[in-house]
This record gives sequence, structure tokens and C-alpha cells, in this order.
Amino acid sequence: MAKQAKILEELANEKYKYGFITDIEADTVPLGLNEDIIRLISTKKNEPQWLLEWRLKAYRHWLTMTEPHWAKLNFEPVDFQALRYYAAPKQKVRPKNLNEVDPSLLETYNKLGIPLKEQEALAGVVAVDAVFDSVSVATTYRAKLKEQGIIFCSISEAIKEHPDLVQKYLGSVVPYTDNFYACLNSAVFTDGSFVFIPKGVRCPMELSTYFRINAKGTGQFERTLIIAEDDSYVSYLEGCTAPQRDENQLHAAIVEIVVLNNAEVKYSTVQNWYPGDENGKGGVYNFVTKRAACRGANSKISWTQVETGSAITWKYPSCVLQGDNSIGEFYSVAITHHHQQADTGTKMIHLGRNTRSKIISKGISAGYSNQTYRGLVDVAKQANGARNYSQCDSLLIGSTCGSHTVPYVRNRNKSAILEHEATTSKISDEQLFYCQQRGIGAEEAVGLIVSGFCKEVMQNLPMEFAIEAAKLINISLEGSVG
Amino acid sequence: MVLLKIENLTAGVAQKEIIKNFSLTINAGEVHAIMGPNGAGKSTLSYVLAGKSDYEVTSGKAWLNGQDLLQMKPEERANAGLFLSMQYPVAIPGVSVSNFLKHAVNAKRKYAGLPELDAAEFLKLLRSAAKELGISAEMLKREINVGFSGGEKKRMEILQMSLLKPQLAILDEADSGLDIDALRVVAEGVNKLRTADNALLIITHHNDLLDLIKPDFVHIYADGHIVRSGDANLALELEQSGYKSFLEEV
Repeated sequence: MAKQAKILEELANEKYKYGFITDIEADTVPLGLNEDIIRLISTKKNEPQWLLEWRLKAYRHWLTMTEPHWAKLNFEPVDFQALRYYAAPKQKVRPKNLNEVDPSLLETYNKLGIPLKEQEALAGVVAVDAVFDSVSVATTYRAKLKEQGIIFCSISEAIKEHPDLVQKYLGSVVPYTDNFYACLNSAVFTDGSFVFIPKGVRCPMELSTYFRINAKGTGQFERTLIIAEDDSYVSYLEGCTAPQRDENQLHAAIVEIVVLNNAEVKYSTVQNWYPGDENGKGGVYNFVTKRAACRGANSKISWTQVETGSAITWKYPSCVLQGDNSIGEFYSVAITHHHQQADTGTKMIHLGRNTRSKIISKGISAGYSNQTYRGLVDVAKQANGARNYSQCDSLLIGSTCGSHTVPYVRNRNKSAILEHEATTSKISDEQLFYCQQRGIGAEEAVGLIVSGFCKEVMQNLPMEFAIEAAKLINISLEGSVG
Repeated sequence: MVLLKIENLTAGVAQKEIIKNFSLTINAGEVHAIMGPNGAGKSTLSYVLAGKSDYEVTSGKAWLNGQDLLQMKPEERANAGLFLSMQYPVAIPGVSVSNFLKHAVNAKRKYAGLPELDAAEFLKLLRSAAKELGISAEMLKREINVGFSGGEKKRMEILQMSLLKPQLAILDEADSGLDIDALRVVAEGVNKLRTADNALLIITHHNDLLDLIKPDFVHIYADGHIVRSGDANLALELEQSGYKSFLEEV
């Protein structure tokens, strides 16, 4: 409750609280994109030849592609030649530990609420890999995890230290030909996280990465690869913020997850990229491809996302259920306010027998925002006994926002059972009045009603994250009622 | 001590005047009943006093404990001690009774400058209040008013009243939809909460509740204002002769 009060206080005087810019020298490449830029990035990162070749193949393929326009999104086209594809905080040598990290960088993380130093010292429960613009700056807890054979590091390091693993799995879930933005990412990705959980290991702590876009005019193309071997388990948290800028920033990430026999991966995201101002100026373009392959029998992937940020969101975390009896889950809360637009949902691809999937999507629209749930449930011919349950609920606040639901279903197996439920509702004056009559102010009442609406999703988030997410929901909806 | 004073209040909804030149004074320790036929605008009166947004006051004044009631936001009126037990309490899916009430109790404490209760302190308070009203712990975990029976809803309103300890409670048709047992539980709950410092305004169209909660004053309400006031006997008189005879006097 004290928390709730604090949130309200914060609400009163803050807009986008992560809108600060850290002034540190950045090591960048010239604007624009061509093969030389890609070679330069690859050289700066000391990459092996195979990766450079892979990047160039992706780039050449990208040149043949066009941006997708099927989403219900309306935005100024991105000038891909006006972007800078690499920006690393300038440092003479790569830091070996937190003491070697630029103090102003650490200060940025402190503002974000992830005091790395403190965390390492306090031996808490979360291991954090922080991606600042494009380079992973510091990874905590690595030593402790290493004892169990768990690898948690930046993907750049993984490329150097575990090339066999990276080469085996990179692009195996999201091939570079997959889509326009994924292809671009494959050509220019700069950093991201790498997680490997060996056979039979249950990761003892939540692994967490904070992404943050800082340098002006940089696109962030991070790439995350998670591999869970047989009988393993990991819960991974991803938080995203970006400083407040007038121009739009591009973010085109890829997350690939491989889940083998009896393994389980839980991937939670709180996405809070700068959404633009109340007139729709600025904000992050978030074009993300996230996909998990449940390759093994009895494997399980669970996506939970709380999306409150970005001017434009184009994101469909998907599950490819190859292994028999594998399970895919997607829990989503998306909030749009002012002029934000989100086209988001999931894909459940049932390939194995007795595969099960569950989709719980909660969309909240306020202001002049527009939101679309777009989802695909696809059952292959051989997927006997496949089951899906989808529930898509939309909540509208005010009368100038929009909400749309586009569920695609493709079923080629007679034994499959697919269920879809959808509702659209408004926060009623009656509900608001009821809360107010009990002394609860309008803003807090909206927060309470919305949190009730999202309950099924929020309860899937790890505790610490759930509190953070609840705060974000309140902040995002500030000023949504008269 | 005067708790509520209403002077020549005229108000309505959707540009239709429903309350016309209404006056009433309620002192601490008193129980008032407003009785009137269906559709007379009794609920409108309670909404206007509680500050529901669609309702507009065109003239007149009202004070709660000397404060200008009509200038206050609905939540301020609530926190200043006005409680409205609603005829149709609304459901809020996903929000448990205990979570909802924690927000309400702490909002009031904050308004009064008191420290907020933490989860443990609050639960203790809630459980003992619920026990008094025969409300199970299971019930407190349920989503508020979602799938509640008429009786459960009304009991829940009284539970909220007992936690918020209002100075002035307005019970709008607190007896509607209740069988005699449920009615008794509600009435007993309300009676337990009565003190010399608070007051009740009971809005009803028949006598059942007034048999169980004895009013000090009974007002007959018609055409937007009080047409006759008296003591508890007036309710009995009304029961025998019906509204019609009173309306003809107007």
C-alpha cells in the first residue's frame, strides 16, 4: 500500500522518468548501411570470418526485401541510411569487472534502478547483463553461475568463447530470411545476451538483462540466444528503457530460444521504451522478432510481456511446438496511451503430437492510441491431439482510442481442439464512481481496475518484476481520466 | 452537532430536474429515513450528495461537517466521512475484496494524515470486521461483487461501512432483493455501527428495514422534495394508507 501511495506521488510529477541522456564518449561508425559498414562493425568486434560472411549474406538478402505493411500501424518510413549501426561506449580496453566500468555508465544504471555494484555485493538473486546501446557492459554473477556450467554473457563474448554453440544455434530459430527486420538485425546486430543451461541444471536465479538505447541516432539491434538443454530450467527477465528524444529511434531485436527435451524456459519482458510525447512526437520504433522452438519432447516455453512503451510496436513472440507434448504459453499486457500504436500478439505453431498452447492477451488503450492483437494458431497435419486456448480481452479508456483483434486460425488436423474467447469493455463510470465513493482517487481507481483486468498475466511475472510492472502501468495511464 | 445540512437543493441528470428545492438537516446521533414511491428520484438524491459525475446541481447548498460538500470531489466527500451503500454495487473483475478495501481504508487514512496500514495490519482489521458480519475469509478473496448474490452484495457494503466508519452513511435501498434473514444481518450490522457521533440516512420505499433500524425521523419524499416529516409513526401511517394519500396533499 505504501508502494501504491508512492506511485501516485511519482505520477503527479513525472512523465517518462527514464528520459535522461548519459554523456559519455561513444565509439561509433559512420551513418548509413553498406557492406563496408558491416565489415567495420565486424572488425571492431573482432569477429570470426564465418560470422562476417553470415552478416553479409543477410545484408544481401535484406536488399531484396521490402518492409512489411500488413500491420495496423501508421508511421513515417524509416530512413535506414540515416541511422548509425554501431555505438559503443568508448573505452580503451574491455572491462574485466565492474570496477573498470565507466562510473557515469554505472550511474545510468543506478537511475534505472539496477545498481549493479550493489547487486553484486549483496549477492542477491538476480544476475544482470546490461546492454548499453550496443555493447554488453557488465555481467554480474557470472562466476557463481559458471560453477554449474551455466553460461550467461554477452553474445559477443559467446561468439569468441563458445563459437561452436553460437554457430550451431544462431539463426536456427529465426533464420535471416525470416522477415525484413530480422534480416536487418542479422546483418548488423551488435550485442545482446547469451544463455546456455546445460543438461539437468535448474538455473538457481532469475537471469536479467536491461537494455537501454542511449546514443543519438543509433538503432539498437540486439540479439539474444537462449539454449536450454535436456531437463533444464531457466527464467529470464528483460527490461527495456530509452532516453527521451524528439526523433524516432529504431529498435529491431531478435530473441531466439531453443528448448530441448523436458526443459522449460520462462521469458519475461517489461518493455518501457520511450513512447513519444503526448502529441505523438518522438518515441521508439520497436520491430522485434522473438521466437522459441520447443524442439524436445515435453518441453515448455512461457512468454510473459508487459508492454507500456514505444511509439510503434510490432512484436509477436512465438512458439514453435515441435516436440511431442510440448507446451507454449503467451501472457501479454499491452498498454497504449496518447498516440502510441501497437500491433502485437503471438504465433503458436503446433507440429508435434499433443502439443498445447495458451494465449492470454490483455490490451488496454487510452488517449488517441491504437492497439491490435494479431495472433496465429497453426495446427499441422501430424499434430494429433493439439490444443489451444486463446483469450483476448481489450479495455478501452475514453472514447478516442481504438482496439482491434485479428486472430488467425489454420487447422489441418481434425483431432485438434481450439478455443477462442474475446471481450471488449470500457472502464465504466459506475466502476470509477464506486471506487471514488470509497475514497479512492480517479487515477488510483483506474490503476486498480486495470490491475484487476491484467491479473492473470501479472501473476505470471516474477515477484520483483511484477511490482515494477504494476508501477509502469500506473505511470503509463497517467492523465487517462479527466 | 450538525453533520449534514442541505438547503434548497435543485439538481438533476441529463438536463432534467429531479431534486427540487430540497432541504434537510441531520444531526449527529440521528437516524433519518426518506421514503418515497418508486421512481421519485430517491437514488438521485444519494448520487448528488455523493458527487456522481453525471449529476448536476443547478442551485442550493449542502454542507458536510461545515464543509461545502458540493465543491468536493467524490473521493473527498467519501474521505470526509460520507458513505453511500449503493442499491446496485458494481463488480470490479480481478480486484479482490481485500485488495479493494485496502485501497479504500488507506485512502481514508492518508486523507486524515494517518500512516497507511501494511498488508498484515490491514488483514487483521479486515478479518475481525468480517467476522462480526459473518463474512467468511473465503469471501474476502473473491473478486469484488463478481457473481455475488443480492444478499452478499449488501453485506459487503455494510462490511465496507464498518471498516470506513463514516460519519454519515446513506443506505440506498439497502433492503432491496434481500430475504428476511439477509435483511436481519444487514440491519444488525448497521445497528452495531451506530454511535452518538455518526448518523444514518436510510432511503427506502417500504417499511421492512425501518422495523429493524428504528428511525428518529421519517420524511416522505415526492416530486423532488420532502412533503411531510414526522417520527417513526409516520412510516406506520404510510404503511396503512400508502403513498397516494400523501401525494394528494401536495
